[in-house]
Amino acid sequence: MSARVLVGVKRVIDYAVKIRVKPDRTGVVTDGVKHSMNPFCEIAVEEAVKLKEKKLVKEVVAVSCGPQQVQETIRTALAMGADRGIHVEVSGKDYETLGPLQVSKILAALAKKEQADLIILGKQAIDDDCNQTGQMTAALLDWPQGTFASEVNIEADKLKVVREIDGGLETIKINLPAVVTADLRLNTPRYATLPNIMKAKKKKIANVKPADLGVDVSSRLEVLKVDEPPQRQAGVKVETVHDLVGKLKEAGRI
Amino acid sequence: MANPLRAEVVQLYKTLLFLGREYPKGADYFRDRLRAAFAKNKDVSDPEKIKELISRGEFVVKELEALYYLRKYRALKKRYYETE
Repeated sequence: MSARVLVGVKRVIDYAVKIRVKPDRTGVVTDGVKHSMNPFCEIAVEEAVKLKEKKLVKEVVAVSCGPQQVQETIRTALAMGADRGIHVEVSGKDYETLGPLQVSKILAALAKKEQADLIILGKQAIDDDCNQTGQMTAALLDWPQGTFASEVNIEADKLKVVREIDGGLETIKINLPAVVTADLRLNTPRYATLPNIMKAKKKKIANVKPADLGVDVSSRLEVLKVDEPPQRQAGVKVETVHDLVGKLKEAGRI
Repeated sequence: MANPLRAEVVQLYKTLLFLGREYPKGADYFRDRLRAAFAKNKDVSDPEKIKELISRGEFVVKELEALYYLRKYRALKKRYYETE
């Protein structure tokens, strides 16, 4: 098959890091905080590489949008088995307001330019939890979509996707080209080992600007404020049932 | 140290050091234990014994990768999916 797969990867704050809100309440502290590839994006890369190993696709291209640092994330994807990378340079204010709409416009433009047959993305990013980029990309390209995929198979010229939905699993058959978003149980991502990371240094990462793709990255959204979730109140211990009843009456509960 | 095996041992050490960066108890904790473990065996010269220690090291590599994966999977499952 001469198929080309585009995989979108996002650089996010590492899942294990404790998030702190900035004192000015405009966002979250990102300076000096450990960042890594979004876990769902790792699963997406793994699926693309698996398809290549099964010889169902020919080339896996990893794409990421952001400042210089996202090249690390693209390198991780290359170490996991992607063939080449594309870094869409977005920095400063534009990067702070970059959201699913802008990313999906970029991905759609790239898919046309690179003549991709399949786009695999993570279902959502663990920092903004939007769960929109895959769906928007499919809509912009007018391609079918298989979202929340827990199993993907290429059968003849169609894609069979098993989706995780409320209440169970749904199996659909969609035409290629298509957009797939990866859910947690799609696969087990491989670890990027040191020798693979060394080999990945030889793989190319192309540099592109959104303007080159004809995409306007201005956002129509403005973040008003960011707050921490309310602190959990400490519980109160009482000695007897009598006290418990008394406290409940005080709180107006009974 | 036996010459051809030296390269393997060094590579094993580098791999473990790289993996240790993500260790839950801290990269320093891991690095200290790693150095102690390798230093303890530095006088072993029998190639068979060295090979056995290397495969034990490779086992630890696999265990660490499994640990990291499970930790991530469980954290994400807890965060994103309703637990019954």
